[in-house]
Amino acid sequence: MRYLKRRKPNRSRAGDVGINFILIFFGIFMAFPLVYAICSAFKPLDEIFVYPPRVFVRHPTFDNFQDLFVIMKKSWVPFTRYLYNTVLITVVGTFGHIIISSMGAYVLAKYDFPGSRTFFKLVVTALMFNGYVTAIPNYLVISRLGWLDTIWAIVIPAFAAPMGLFLMKQFMEGVPMAIIEAAKIDGASEWKIYSSVVMPMVKPAWLTLLIFSVQGLWNAKASNFIFSEELKTLPYALQQIIGGGVARAGVGAAVTLIMMIVPIVTFILSESNVIETMASSGIKD
Amino acid sequence: MDLLLKYAKKKKADISYSWKKAKLSKTYYLFLAPYAVLFIVFYIVPVITSIFLSFTYYNILEPPKFIGFQNYINLILADDVFITAVKNTFIIAAITGPLGYIAAFVFAWFINELPRYLRAFAVLVFYAPTISGQVYLIWAIMFSGDAYGYVNAFLMKLGIINAPVRWLTDPTYMMPVLIVVILWMSLGTGFLSFVAGLQGIDKSMYEAGYVDGIKNRWQELWFITLPNMKPMLLFGAVMAITQSFGVGDVTVSLCGFPSTDYAVHTVVTHLMDYGSIRFEMGYAAAIATILFATMILCNKAIQAMLRRVGT
Repeated sequence: MRYLKRRKPNRSRAGDVGINFILIFFGIFMAFPLVYAICSAFKPLDEIFVYPPRVFVRHPTFDNFQDLFVIMKKSWVPFTRYLYNTVLITVVGTFGHIIISSMGAYVLAKYDFPGSRTFFKLVVTALMFNGYVTAIPNYLVISRLGWLDTIWAIVIPAFAAPMGLFLMKQFMEGVPMAIIEAAKIDGASEWKIYSSVVMPMVKPAWLTLLIFSVQGLWNAKASNFIFSEELKTLPYALQQIIGGGVARAGVGAAVTLIMMIVPIVTFILSESNVIETMASSGIKD
Repeated sequence: MDLLLKYAKKKKADISYSWKKAKLSKTYYLFLAPYAVLFIVFYIVPVITSIFLSFTYYNILEPPKFIGFQNYINLILADDVFITAVKNTFIIAAITGPLGYIAAFVFAWFINELPRYLRAFAVLVFYAPTISGQVYLIWAIMFSGDAYGYVNAFLMKLGIINAPVRWLTDPTYMMPVLIVVILWMSLGTGFLSFVAGLQGIDKSMYEAGYVDGIKNRWQELWFITLPNMKPMLLFGAVMAITQSFGVGDVTVSLCGFPSTDYAVHTVVTHLMDYGSIRFEMGYAAAIATILFATMILCNKAIQAMLRRVGT
Protein backbone atom coordinates (compact mmCIF):
# COMPACT_ATOMS: atom_id res chain seq x y z
CA MET A 1 0.00 0.00 0.00
CA ARG A 2 2.80 2.37 0.86
CA TYR A 3 4.28 1.72 -2.55
CA LEU A 4 1.17 3.15 -4.17
CA LYS A 5 1.26 6.31 -2.07
CA ARG A 6 4.70 7.14 -3.42
CA ARG A 7 5.21 9.01 -6.66
CA LYS A 8 4.65 6.77 -9.61
CA PRO A 9 7.99 6.10 -11.29
CA ASN A 10 6.94 6.91 -14.83
CA ARG A 11 5.53 10.39 -14.28
CA SER A 12 7.33 13.56 -15.29
CA ARG A 13 7.09 16.45 -12.83
CA ALA A 14 6.38 18.93 -15.62
CA GLY A 15 3.43 16.81 -16.68
CA ASP A 16 2.00 16.79 -13.16
CA VAL A 17 2.25 20.57 -12.91
CA GLY A 18 0.66 21.00 -16.32
CA ILE A 19 -2.23 18.68 -15.49
CA ASN A 20 -2.97 20.41 -12.21
CA PHE A 21 -2.89 23.77 -13.92
CA ILE A 22 -5.39 22.62 -16.55
CA LEU A 23 -7.64 21.14 -13.88
CA ILE A 24 -7.68 24.36 -11.84
CA PHE A 25 -8.34 26.52 -14.89
CA PHE A 26 -11.28 24.45 -16.14
CA GLY A 27 -12.45 23.78 -12.58
CA ILE A 28 -13.07 27.49 -12.07
CA PHE A 29 -14.95 27.63 -15.37
CA MET A 30 -17.10 24.64 -14.41
CA ALA A 31 -17.80 25.78 -10.85
CA PHE A 32 -18.51 29.43 -11.61
CA PRO A 33 -22.25 29.16 -12.41
CA LEU A 34 -22.71 26.93 -9.39
CA VAL A 35 -21.05 29.48 -7.11
CA TYR A 36 -23.21 32.11 -8.72
CA ALA A 37 -26.38 30.11 -8.04
CA ILE A 38 -25.47 29.68 -4.38
CA CYS A 39 -24.61 33.35 -3.93
CA SER A 40 -27.77 34.54 -5.68
CA ALA A 41 -29.97 32.60 -3.29
CA PHE A 42 -28.62 34.69 -0.41
CA LYS A 43 -28.73 38.05 -2.15
CA PRO A 44 -31.24 40.68 -1.06
CA LEU A 45 -33.43 41.89 -3.92
CA ASP A 46 -31.46 45.11 -4.50
CA GLU A 47 -28.24 43.16 -5.00
CA ILE A 48 -29.82 40.84 -7.58
CA PHE A 49 -30.56 43.77 -9.86
CA VAL A 50 -27.46 45.83 -9.15
CA TYR A 51 -25.43 47.34 -11.98
CA PRO A 52 -22.65 46.52 -12.73
CA PRO A 53 -23.60 42.93 -11.82
CA ARG A 54 -21.71 41.30 -8.96
CA VAL A 55 -21.07 37.58 -8.47
CA PHE A 56 -20.45 37.42 -4.74
CA VAL A 57 -23.01 38.44 -2.20
CA ARG A 58 -22.28 41.50 -0.01
CA HIS A 59 -24.97 41.30 2.65
CA PRO A 60 -26.16 37.68 2.79
CA THR A 61 -29.76 37.27 3.91
CA PHE A 62 -32.34 34.54 4.29
CA ASP A 63 -35.11 36.80 2.94
CA ASN A 64 -35.50 34.78 -0.24
CA PHE A 65 -36.07 31.57 1.69
CA GLN A 66 -38.46 33.33 4.06
CA ASP A 67 -40.47 34.66 1.12
CA LEU A 68 -40.52 31.19 -0.37
CA PHE A 69 -41.93 29.70 2.83
CA VAL A 70 -44.58 32.42 3.02
CA ILE A 71 -45.69 31.59 -0.53
CA MET A 72 -45.61 27.87 0.23
CA LYS A 73 -47.95 28.35 3.19
CA LYS A 74 -50.52 29.96 0.93
CA SER A 75 -50.81 26.98 -1.44
CA TRP A 76 -54.10 25.15 -1.02
CA VAL A 77 -52.51 21.71 -1.03
CA PRO A 78 -50.10 21.50 1.93
CA PHE A 79 -46.61 21.96 0.57
CA THR A 80 -45.28 18.85 2.30
CA ARG A 81 -47.57 16.89 0.01
CA TYR A 82 -45.54 17.92 -3.07
CA LEU A 83 -42.36 17.05 -1.24
CA TYR A 84 -43.77 13.66 -0.22
CA ASN A 85 -44.77 12.87 -3.82
CA THR A 86 -41.35 13.68 -5.20
CA VAL A 87 -39.51 11.78 -2.47
CA LEU A 88 -41.75 8.75 -3.04
CA ILE A 89 -41.21 8.84 -6.80
CA THR A 90 -37.45 9.26 -6.41
CA VAL A 91 -36.98 6.49 -3.83
CA VAL A 92 -39.25 3.86 -5.40
CA GLY A 93 -38.16 4.66 -8.95
CA THR A 94 -34.44 4.56 -8.20
CA PHE A 95 -34.63 1.40 -6.13
CA GLY A 96 -36.66 -0.50 -8.72
CA HIS A 97 -34.55 0.79 -11.59
CA ILE A 98 -31.28 -0.37 -10.05
CA ILE A 99 -32.60 -3.86 -9.17
CA ILE A 100 -34.51 -4.57 -12.38
CA SER A 101 -31.92 -3.22 -14.79
CA SER A 102 -28.96 -4.84 -13.03
CA MET A 103 -30.71 -8.23 -12.98
CA GLY A 104 -31.19 -8.01 -16.72
CA ALA A 105 -27.68 -6.64 -17.20
CA TYR A 106 -26.15 -9.53 -15.24
CA VAL A 107 -27.45 -12.28 -17.52
CA LEU A 108 -26.81 -10.23 -20.67
CA ALA A 109 -23.22 -9.55 -19.65
CA LYS A 110 -22.18 -12.95 -18.39
CA TYR A 111 -24.19 -15.50 -20.37
CA ASP A 112 -24.93 -16.17 -23.99
CA PHE A 113 -28.43 -17.46 -24.66
CA PRO A 114 -30.76 -17.30 -27.67
CA GLY A 115 -31.89 -13.72 -28.18
CA SER A 116 -29.52 -12.14 -25.66
CA ARG A 117 -27.42 -10.22 -28.18
CA THR A 118 -30.37 -9.00 -30.20
CA PHE A 119 -32.09 -7.81 -27.05
CA PHE A 120 -29.06 -5.84 -25.92
CA LYS A 121 -28.73 -4.23 -29.34
CA LEU A 122 -32.38 -3.20 -29.13
CA VAL A 123 -31.78 -1.53 -25.77
CA VAL A 124 -28.83 0.49 -27.06
CA THR A 125 -30.77 1.48 -30.16
CA ALA A 126 -33.79 2.56 -28.13
CA LEU A 127 -31.55 5.05 -26.33
CA MET A 128 -31.33 7.04 -29.53
CA PHE A 129 -34.98 7.62 -30.24
CA ASN A 130 -36.11 11.13 -29.41
CA GLY A 131 -38.48 11.34 -26.48
CA TYR A 132 -40.70 14.10 -27.85
CA VAL A 133 -42.30 11.88 -30.45
CA THR A 134 -42.86 8.90 -28.23
CA ALA A 135 -44.74 11.14 -25.79
CA ILE A 136 -48.09 10.48 -27.46
CA PRO A 137 -47.76 6.69 -27.89
CA ASN A 138 -46.48 6.64 -24.31
CA TYR A 139 -49.54 8.50 -23.14
CA LEU A 140 -51.77 6.00 -24.93
CA VAL A 141 -49.98 3.05 -23.33
CA ILE A 142 -50.25 4.57 -19.86
CA SER A 143 -53.93 5.39 -20.29
CA ARG A 144 -54.64 1.88 -21.61
CA LEU A 145 -53.04 0.52 -18.45
CA GLY A 146 -55.22 2.82 -16.37
CA TRP A 147 -52.24 4.50 -14.75
CA LEU A 148 -53.11 8.07 -15.69
CA ASP A 149 -53.11 10.36 -12.70
CA THR A 150 -51.19 7.91 -10.52
CA ILE A 151 -47.51 8.02 -9.63
CA TRP A 152 -47.04 4.66 -11.40
CA ALA A 153 -47.13 6.53 -14.69
CA ILE A 154 -43.73 7.99 -13.76
CA VAL A 155 -42.24 5.28 -11.59
CA ILE A 156 -42.80 2.12 -13.64
CA PRO A 157 -41.43 3.37 -17.01
CA ALA A 158 -38.42 4.69 -15.09
CA PHE A 159 -37.64 1.12 -13.99
CA ALA A 160 -36.84 0.14 -17.57
CA ALA A 161 -34.85 3.21 -18.70
CA PRO A 162 -32.39 1.82 -21.30
CA MET A 163 -29.40 3.78 -19.98
CA GLY A 164 -29.38 1.91 -16.68
CA LEU A 165 -29.20 -1.52 -18.26
CA PHE A 166 -26.54 -0.35 -20.69
CA LEU A 167 -24.36 1.10 -17.93
CA MET A 168 -24.68 -1.94 -15.66
CA LYS A 169 -23.99 -4.36 -18.50
CA GLN A 170 -20.82 -2.54 -19.52
CA PHE A 171 -19.47 -2.68 -15.97
CA MET A 172 -20.49 -6.29 -15.35
CA GLU A 173 -18.49 -7.40 -18.37
CA GLY A 174 -15.42 -6.76 -16.24
CA VAL A 175 -16.42 -9.33 -13.61
CA PRO A 176 -14.24 -12.38 -14.23
CA MET A 177 -16.14 -15.51 -15.22
CA ALA A 178 -13.81 -17.53 -12.95
CA ILE A 179 -15.33 -15.96 -9.84
CA ILE A 180 -18.86 -16.77 -10.99
CA GLU A 181 -17.90 -20.36 -11.76
CA ALA A 182 -16.15 -20.73 -8.42
CA ALA A 183 -19.35 -19.57 -6.68
CA LYS A 184 -21.34 -22.08 -8.73
CA ILE A 185 -19.08 -24.93 -7.69
CA ASP A 186 -19.59 -23.87 -4.11
CA GLY A 187 -23.29 -24.44 -4.70
CA ALA A 188 -24.50 -20.84 -4.97
CA SER A 189 -27.73 -20.29 -6.88
CA GLU A 190 -27.87 -17.84 -9.77
CA TRP A 191 -29.69 -15.32 -7.54
CA LYS A 192 -27.09 -15.71 -4.80
CA ILE A 193 -24.27 -15.11 -7.29
CA TYR A 194 -26.01 -12.02 -8.59
CA SER A 195 -26.83 -10.53 -5.20
CA SER A 196 -23.77 -11.45 -3.13
CA VAL A 197 -20.96 -11.84 -5.66
CA VAL A 198 -21.56 -9.70 -8.73
CA MET A 199 -23.43 -6.73 -7.25
CA PRO A 200 -20.82 -6.00 -4.52
CA MET A 201 -18.12 -6.12 -7.20
CA VAL A 202 -19.81 -3.53 -9.41
CA LYS A 203 -20.67 -1.18 -6.56
CA PRO A 204 -19.13 1.83 -8.36
CA ALA A 205 -21.48 1.14 -11.27
CA TRP A 206 -24.72 1.08 -9.36
CA LEU A 207 -23.70 3.99 -7.17
CA THR A 208 -23.19 5.93 -10.38
CA LEU A 209 -26.56 4.76 -11.65
CA LEU A 210 -28.07 5.87 -8.33
CA ILE A 211 -26.81 9.39 -8.97
CA PHE A 212 -28.28 9.48 -12.49
CA SER A 213 -31.60 8.09 -11.39
CA VAL A 214 -32.07 10.34 -8.34
CA GLN A 215 -31.10 13.34 -10.41
CA GLY A 216 -33.63 12.51 -13.12
CA LEU A 217 -36.57 11.60 -10.91
CA TRP A 218 -36.02 14.42 -8.42
CA ASN A 219 -36.45 16.89 -11.26
CA ALA A 220 -39.42 15.09 -12.87
CA LYS A 221 -42.28 17.50 -13.48
CA ALA A 222 -44.60 14.75 -14.73
CA SER A 223 -47.25 17.24 -15.78
CA ASN A 224 -48.16 15.02 -18.79
CA PHE A 225 -49.61 12.22 -16.74
CA ILE A 226 -50.70 13.75 -13.46
CA PHE A 227 -53.61 16.13 -13.13
CA SER A 228 -54.71 16.01 -9.47
CA GLU A 229 -53.13 18.80 -7.49
CA GLU A 230 -52.42 16.53 -4.52
CA LEU A 231 -50.33 14.17 -6.70
CA LYS A 232 -48.19 16.85 -8.34
CA THR A 233 -44.48 16.96 -7.78
CA LEU A 234 -42.15 19.42 -6.11
CA PRO A 235 -40.46 20.72 -9.29
CA TYR A 236 -43.90 21.40 -10.74
CA ALA A 237 -45.04 23.33 -7.67
CA LEU A 238 -41.81 25.31 -7.48
CA GLN A 239 -42.04 26.15 -11.17
CA GLN A 240 -45.48 27.66 -10.51
CA ILE A 241 -43.94 29.86 -7.83
CA ILE A 242 -41.14 31.12 -10.05
CA GLY A 243 -43.75 31.81 -12.72
CA GLY A 244 -44.44 35.08 -10.88
CA GLY A 245 -41.80 36.84 -13.00
CA VAL A 246 -39.31 39.54 -12.01
CA ALA A 247 -40.86 40.12 -8.60
CA ARG A 248 -40.07 36.51 -7.73
CA ALA A 249 -36.43 36.65 -8.92
CA GLY A 250 -35.10 36.28 -5.38
CA VAL A 251 -37.45 33.42 -4.59
CA GLY A 252 -36.46 31.83 -7.88
CA ALA A 253 -32.81 31.80 -6.83
CA ALA A 254 -33.77 30.15 -3.55
CA VAL A 255 -35.81 27.53 -5.42
CA THR A 256 -32.89 26.71 -7.72
CA LEU A 257 -30.66 26.14 -4.71
CA ILE A 258 -33.21 23.95 -2.92
CA MET A 259 -33.72 21.76 -5.98
CA MET A 260 -29.96 21.25 -6.22
CA ILE A 261 -29.43 20.13 -2.63
CA VAL A 262 -30.79 16.58 -2.86
CA PRO A 263 -28.91 15.55 -6.04
CA ILE A 264 -25.70 17.05 -4.67
CA VAL A 265 -26.00 15.31 -1.29
CA THR A 266 -26.72 12.00 -3.07
CA PHE A 267 -23.72 12.65 -5.23
CA ILE A 268 -21.36 13.31 -2.33
CA LEU A 269 -22.58 10.29 -0.35
CA SER A 270 -22.29 7.84 -3.21
CA GLU A 271 -19.09 9.27 -4.63
CA SER A 272 -17.28 8.97 -1.29
CA ASN A 273 -18.59 5.41 -1.13
CA VAL A 274 -17.20 4.57 -4.57
CA ILE A 275 -13.74 5.58 -3.49
CA GLU A 276 -14.07 3.76 -0.17
CA THR A 277 -14.99 0.40 -1.69
CA MET A 278 -12.28 0.50 -4.28
CA ALA A 279 -9.67 1.18 -1.60
CA SER A 280 -10.80 -1.67 0.65
CA SER A 281 -11.65 -4.54 -1.67
CA GLY A 282 -9.02 -6.50 -3.48
CA ILE A 283 -11.25 -8.89 -5.40
CA LYS A 284 -10.20 -8.90 -9.03
CA ASP A 285 -8.12 -11.31 -10.96
CA MET B 1 -33.74 -34.68 -53.13
CA ASP B 2 -31.54 -36.45 -50.69
CA LEU B 3 -29.56 -33.28 -50.15
CA LEU B 4 -32.68 -31.26 -49.55
CA LEU B 5 -33.87 -33.76 -46.99
CA LYS B 6 -30.52 -33.66 -45.26
CA TYR B 7 -30.66 -29.87 -45.19
CA ALA B 8 -34.16 -29.92 -43.76
CA LYS B 9 -33.04 -32.34 -41.08
CA LYS B 10 -30.08 -30.18 -40.21
CA LYS B 11 -32.26 -27.08 -40.01
CA LYS B 12 -34.62 -28.96 -37.73
CA ALA B 13 -31.72 -30.04 -35.58
CA ASP B 14 -30.55 -26.40 -35.41
CA ILE B 15 -33.91 -25.21 -34.24
CA SER B 16 -34.29 -27.96 -31.71
CA TYR B 17 -30.74 -27.23 -30.55
CA SER B 18 -31.44 -23.59 -29.85
CA TRP B 19 -34.78 -24.58 -28.34
CA LYS B 20 -32.94 -26.89 -25.98
CA LYS B 21 -30.45 -24.18 -25.22
CA ALA B 22 -33.30 -21.77 -24.52
CA LYS B 23 -34.84 -24.31 -22.17
CA LEU B 24 -31.55 -24.65 -20.31
CA SER B 25 -31.35 -20.89 -20.05
CA LYS B 26 -34.65 -20.64 -18.20
CA THR B 27 -33.06 -18.91 -15.22
CA TYR B 28 -31.48 -16.31 -17.49
CA TYR B 29 -34.82 -15.49 -19.06
CA LEU B 30 -36.35 -15.16 -15.61
CA PHE B 31 -33.66 -12.65 -14.66
CA LEU B 32 -34.25 -10.66 -17.81
CA ALA B 33 -38.06 -10.93 -17.78
CA PRO B 34 -39.01 -8.00 -15.51
CA TYR B 35 -36.82 -5.63 -17.47
CA ALA B 36 -37.79 -7.06 -20.86
CA VAL B 37 -41.53 -6.74 -20.25
CA LEU B 38 -41.33 -3.13 -19.08
CA PHE B 39 -38.86 -2.22 -21.81
CA ILE B 40 -41.08 -3.61 -24.56
CA VAL B 41 -44.22 -1.95 -23.20
CA PHE B 42 -42.75 1.49 -22.47
CA TYR B 43 -39.98 1.80 -25.05
CA ILE B 44 -40.32 -0.59 -27.99
CA VAL B 45 -44.08 -0.19 -28.48
CA PRO B 46 -43.99 3.65 -28.47
CA VAL B 47 -40.97 3.75 -30.81
CA ILE B 48 -42.58 1.38 -33.31
CA THR B 49 -45.85 3.31 -33.11
CA SER B 50 -43.96 6.53 -33.85
CA ILE B 51 -42.20 5.04 -36.84
CA PHE B 52 -45.57 3.85 -38.12
CA LEU B 53 -47.04 7.33 -37.55
CA SER B 54 -44.29 8.84 -39.69
CA PHE B 55 -46.06 7.35 -42.74
CA THR B 56 -49.36 8.99 -41.86
CA TYR B 57 -51.01 12.36 -41.59
CA TYR B 58 -51.94 12.60 -37.92
CA ASN B 59 -53.17 15.70 -36.13
CA ILE B 60 -54.12 13.95 -32.87
CA LEU B 61 -57.82 14.84 -33.23
CA GLU B 62 -58.59 12.70 -36.28
CA PRO B 63 -57.39 9.12 -36.69
CA PRO B 64 -54.08 8.82 -38.62
CA LYS B 65 -54.40 8.73 -42.45
CA PHE B 66 -51.81 6.64 -44.32
CA ILE B 67 -49.91 8.78 -46.84
CA GLY B 68 -46.84 6.68 -47.62
CA PHE B 69 -43.56 8.51 -47.94
CA GLN B 70 -45.18 11.94 -48.36
CA ASN B 71 -43.84 13.26 -45.01
CA TYR B 72 -40.29 12.31 -45.91
CA ILE B 73 -40.59 13.80 -49.39
CA ASN B 74 -41.91 17.06 -47.97
CA LEU B 75 -39.18 17.17 -45.37
CA ILE B 76 -36.33 16.80 -47.82
CA LEU B 77 -37.69 18.66 -50.82
CA ALA B 78 -40.07 21.30 -49.50
CA ASP B 79 -38.95 22.24 -46.01
CA ASP B 80 -36.17 24.87 -46.08
CA VAL B 81 -36.17 25.24 -42.33
CA PHE B 82 -35.53 21.53 -41.92
CA ILE B 83 -32.42 21.81 -44.09
CA THR B 84 -31.18 24.67 -41.88
CA ALA B 85 -31.97 22.58 -38.82
CA VAL B 86 -30.03 19.63 -40.18
CA LYS B 87 -27.06 21.85 -40.94
CA ASN B 88 -27.08 23.35 -37.44
CA THR B 89 -27.51 19.98 -35.78
CA PHE B 90 -24.55 18.60 -37.69
CA ILE B 91 -22.40 21.58 -36.72
CA ILE B 92 -23.35 21.20 -33.06
CA ALA B 93 -22.97 17.42 -33.06
CA ALA B 94 -19.66 17.45 -34.94
CA ILE B 95 -18.13 19.94 -32.49
CA THR B 96 -19.70 19.16 -29.13
CA GLY B 97 -19.91 15.38 -29.59
CA PRO B 98 -16.22 14.52 -30.05
CA LEU B 99 -14.92 17.45 -27.95
CA GLY B 100 -17.27 16.71 -25.06
CA TYR B 101 -16.43 13.01 -25.22
CA ILE B 102 -12.68 13.54 -25.25
CA ALA B 103 -12.87 16.23 -22.57
CA ALA B 104 -14.95 13.92 -20.37
CA PHE B 105 -12.33 11.22 -20.64
CA VAL B 106 -9.31 13.51 -20.26
CA PHE B 107 -10.71 15.21 -17.16
CA ALA B 108 -11.72 11.88 -15.62
CA TRP B 109 -8.22 10.59 -16.31
CA PHE B 110 -6.51 13.66 -14.83
CA ILE B 111 -8.74 13.63 -11.78
CA ASN B 112 -8.04 9.96 -11.19
CA GLU B 113 -4.41 10.82 -10.40
CA LEU B 114 -5.35 13.15 -7.55
CA PRO B 115 -5.19 12.11 -3.89
CA ARG B 116 -8.42 10.68 -2.52
CA TYR B 117 -10.31 13.61 -0.96
CA LEU B 118 -9.18 16.10 -3.54
CA ARG B 119 -10.42 13.67 -6.16
CA ALA B 120 -13.93 13.52 -4.69
CA PHE B 121 -14.02 17.31 -4.61
CA ALA B 122 -12.78 17.65 -8.20
CA VAL B 123 -15.36 15.15 -9.45
CA LEU B 124 -18.07 17.23 -7.79
CA VAL B 125 -16.82 20.47 -9.36
CA PHE B 126 -16.65 19.02 -12.86
CA TYR B 127 -19.97 17.23 -12.56
CA ALA B 128 -21.72 20.22 -10.99
CA PRO B 129 -23.14 21.70 -14.22
CA THR B 130 -25.01 18.47 -14.93
CA ILE B 131 -26.23 17.86 -11.41
CA SER B 132 -27.60 21.33 -10.88
CA GLY B 133 -30.45 20.97 -13.36
CA GLN B 134 -31.72 24.33 -14.53
CA VAL B 135 -28.62 26.24 -13.47
CA TYR B 136 -27.50 26.57 -17.07
CA LEU B 137 -30.07 29.33 -17.32
CA ILE B 138 -27.44 31.44 -15.58
CA TRP B 139 -25.71 31.63 -18.93
CA ALA B 140 -28.73 33.55 -20.16
CA ILE B 141 -27.97 36.22 -17.55
CA MET B 142 -24.25 36.17 -18.29
CA PHE B 143 -24.70 36.54 -22.02
CA SER B 144 -27.68 38.85 -21.65
CA GLY B 145 -27.81 41.25 -24.58
CA ASP B 146 -27.96 44.51 -22.58
CA ALA B 147 -25.24 46.22 -20.58
CA TYR B 148 -26.41 44.32 -17.47
CA GLY B 149 -25.16 40.99 -18.80
CA TYR B 150 -21.96 39.84 -17.07
CA VAL B 151 -19.99 39.27 -20.23
CA ASN B 152 -20.99 42.62 -21.70
CA ALA B 153 -20.33 44.45 -18.42
CA PHE B 154 -16.93 42.84 -18.14
CA LEU B 155 -15.87 43.50 -21.73
CA MET B 156 -17.11 47.10 -21.55
CA LYS B 157 -15.20 47.71 -18.34
CA LEU B 158 -12.04 46.47 -20.05
CA GLY B 159 -12.84 48.69 -23.02
CA ILE B 160 -12.81 45.84 -25.54
CA ILE B 161 -16.30 46.74 -26.73
CA ASN B 162 -18.11 50.02 -26.25
CA ALA B 163 -21.66 48.92 -26.92
CA PRO B 164 -23.32 45.77 -25.55
CA VAL B 165 -23.26 42.76 -27.88
CA ARG B 166 -26.52 40.87 -28.35
CA TRP B 167 -24.94 37.47 -27.75
CA LEU B 168 -28.14 35.46 -27.83
CA THR B 169 -30.07 37.19 -30.59
CA ASP B 170 -27.37 38.14 -33.10
CA PRO B 171 -26.86 35.22 -35.53
CA THR B 172 -23.09 35.87 -35.66
CA TYR B 173 -22.61 35.04 -32.00
CA MET B 174 -25.45 32.66 -31.22
CA MET B 175 -23.84 29.45 -32.42
CA PRO B 176 -20.45 29.92 -30.69
CA VAL B 177 -22.10 30.92 -27.40
CA LEU B 178 -24.40 27.94 -27.61
CA ILE B 179 -21.54 25.56 -28.30
CA VAL B 180 -19.64 26.83 -25.25
CA VAL B 181 -22.69 26.29 -23.04
CA ILE B 182 -23.35 22.81 -24.44
CA LEU B 183 -19.72 21.81 -23.93
CA TRP B 184 -19.91 23.10 -20.38
CA MET B 185 -22.97 20.93 -19.77
CA SER B 186 -21.88 17.85 -21.68
CA LEU B 187 -19.37 16.54 -19.18
CA GLY B 188 -22.12 14.68 -17.32
CA THR B 189 -23.03 11.06 -17.90
CA GLY B 190 -19.93 9.91 -19.75
CA PHE B 191 -17.59 11.65 -17.34
CA LEU B 192 -19.07 10.00 -14.26
CA SER B 193 -18.98 6.53 -15.79
CA PHE B 194 -15.36 7.11 -16.82
CA VAL B 195 -14.49 8.10 -13.24
CA ALA B 196 -16.12 4.92 -11.94
CA GLY B 197 -14.43 2.85 -14.66
CA LEU B 198 -10.96 4.22 -13.93
CA GLN B 199 -11.43 3.35 -10.27
CA GLY B 200 -12.12 -0.23 -11.22
CA ILE B 201 -8.91 -0.90 -13.12
CA ASP B 202 -6.73 -3.37 -11.30
CA LYS B 203 -3.76 -1.58 -9.72
CA SER B 204 -1.47 -4.58 -10.22
CA MET B 205 -1.73 -4.08 -13.98
CA TYR B 206 -0.02 -0.72 -13.64
CA GLU B 207 2.70 -2.22 -11.49
CA ALA B 208 3.23 -4.92 -14.09
CA GLY B 209 3.43 -2.09 -16.60
CA TYR B 210 6.29 -0.37 -14.74
CA VAL B 211 8.19 -3.64 -14.71
CA ASP B 212 7.57 -4.20 -18.41
CA GLY B 213 9.08 -0.81 -19.16
CA ILE B 214 6.18 1.55 -19.75
CA LYS B 215 8.03 4.85 -19.86
CA ASN B 216 5.45 7.61 -19.53
CA ARG B 217 1.81 8.28 -18.81
CA TRP B 218 0.89 8.29 -22.49
CA GLN B 219 2.12 4.74 -23.05
CA GLU B 220 0.34 3.71 -19.88
CA LEU B 221 -2.85 5.33 -21.18
CA TRP B 222 -2.70 3.59 -24.56
CA PHE B 223 -1.57 0.14 -23.48
CA ILE B 224 -3.20 -0.32 -20.08
CA THR B 225 -5.88 2.24 -19.27
CA LEU B 226 -7.74 2.49 -22.57
CA PRO B 227 -8.01 -1.25 -23.30
CA ASN B 228 -9.36 -1.76 -19.78
CA MET B 229 -11.87 1.03 -20.23
CA LYS B 230 -13.41 -0.26 -23.46
CA PRO B 231 -16.90 -1.04 -22.11
CA MET B 232 -17.15 2.42 -20.51
CA LEU B 233 -15.72 4.12 -23.60
CA LEU B 234 -18.46 2.49 -25.63
CA PHE B 235 -21.08 3.61 -23.14
CA GLY B 236 -19.71 7.16 -23.16
CA ALA B 237 -19.71 7.22 -26.95
CA VAL B 238 -23.37 6.26 -27.19
CA MET B 239 -24.28 8.84 -24.57
CA ALA B 240 -22.26 11.49 -26.42
CA ILE B 241 -24.15 10.73 -29.64
CA THR B 242 -27.57 10.90 -28.01
CA GLN B 243 -26.69 14.13 -26.24
CA SER B 244 -25.05 15.94 -29.12
CA PHE B 245 -27.76 15.06 -31.66
CA GLY B 246 -30.52 15.69 -29.15
CA VAL B 247 -29.72 19.34 -28.45
CA GLY B 248 -32.97 21.27 -28.23
CA ASP B 249 -33.96 22.45 -24.77
CA VAL B 250 -30.81 24.52 -24.33
CA THR B 251 -31.28 26.47 -27.54
CA VAL B 252 -34.88 27.21 -26.62
CA SER B 253 -34.04 28.47 -23.14
CA LEU B 254 -31.05 30.52 -24.25
CA CYS B 255 -31.87 31.83 -27.70
CA GLY B 256 -35.66 31.65 -27.61
CA PHE B 257 -37.99 29.86 -29.95
CA PRO B 258 -37.80 30.30 -32.84
CA SER B 259 -34.28 31.70 -32.71
CA THR B 260 -33.32 34.71 -34.84
CA ASP B 261 -33.11 33.66 -38.52
CA TYR B 262 -33.28 30.06 -37.31
CA ALA B 263 -29.58 30.48 -36.57
CA VAL B 264 -29.57 27.79 -33.88
CA HIS B 265 -32.70 25.90 -34.98
CA THR B 266 -31.93 22.19 -34.55
CA VAL B 267 -33.67 19.04 -35.70
CA VAL B 268 -35.06 18.59 -32.22
CA THR B 269 -36.49 22.11 -32.02
CA HIS B 270 -37.97 21.57 -35.48
CA LEU B 271 -39.56 18.43 -34.14
CA MET B 272 -40.91 20.26 -31.09
CA ASP B 273 -42.37 22.87 -33.41
CA TYR B 274 -44.38 20.31 -35.40
CA GLY B 275 -45.10 17.99 -32.48
CA SER B 276 -46.25 20.33 -29.75
CA ILE B 277 -47.18 23.58 -31.52
CA ARG B 278 -48.58 22.64 -34.93
CA PHE B 279 -49.73 19.18 -33.82
CA GLU B 280 -48.66 17.51 -37.05
CA MET B 281 -47.54 14.35 -35.31
CA GLY B 282 -46.98 12.36 -38.49
CA TYR B 283 -44.54 14.95 -39.76
CA ALA B 284 -42.85 15.19 -36.36
CA ALA B 285 -42.51 11.41 -36.28
CA ALA B 286 -40.83 11.49 -39.70
CA ILE B 287 -38.31 14.02 -38.36
CA ALA B 288 -37.64 11.78 -35.36
CA THR B 289 -37.19 8.72 -37.56
CA ILE B 290 -34.62 10.49 -39.73
CA LEU B 291 -32.75 11.64 -36.62
CA PHE B 292 -32.93 8.10 -35.26
CA ALA B 293 -31.47 6.61 -38.44
CA THR B 294 -28.64 9.17 -38.47
CA MET B 295 -27.73 8.41 -34.87
CA ILE B 296 -27.69 4.67 -35.51
CA LEU B 297 -25.31 5.13 -38.45
CA CYS B 298 -23.10 7.38 -36.35
CA ASN B 299 -23.08 4.81 -33.56
CA LYS B 300 -22.00 2.05 -36.01
CA ALA B 301 -19.09 4.18 -37.23
CA ILE B 302 -17.90 5.00 -33.72
CA GLN B 303 -18.11 1.40 -32.54
CA ALA B 304 -15.93 0.37 -35.46
CA MET B 305 -13.38 3.02 -34.43
CA LEU B 306 -13.39 2.02 -30.77
CA ARG B 307 -12.63 -1.57 -31.69
CA ARG B 308 -9.17 -0.44 -32.75
CA VAL B 309 -8.27 1.17 -29.43
CA GLY B 310 -5.19 -0.26 -27.75
CA THR B 311 -4.03 -2.32 -30.73
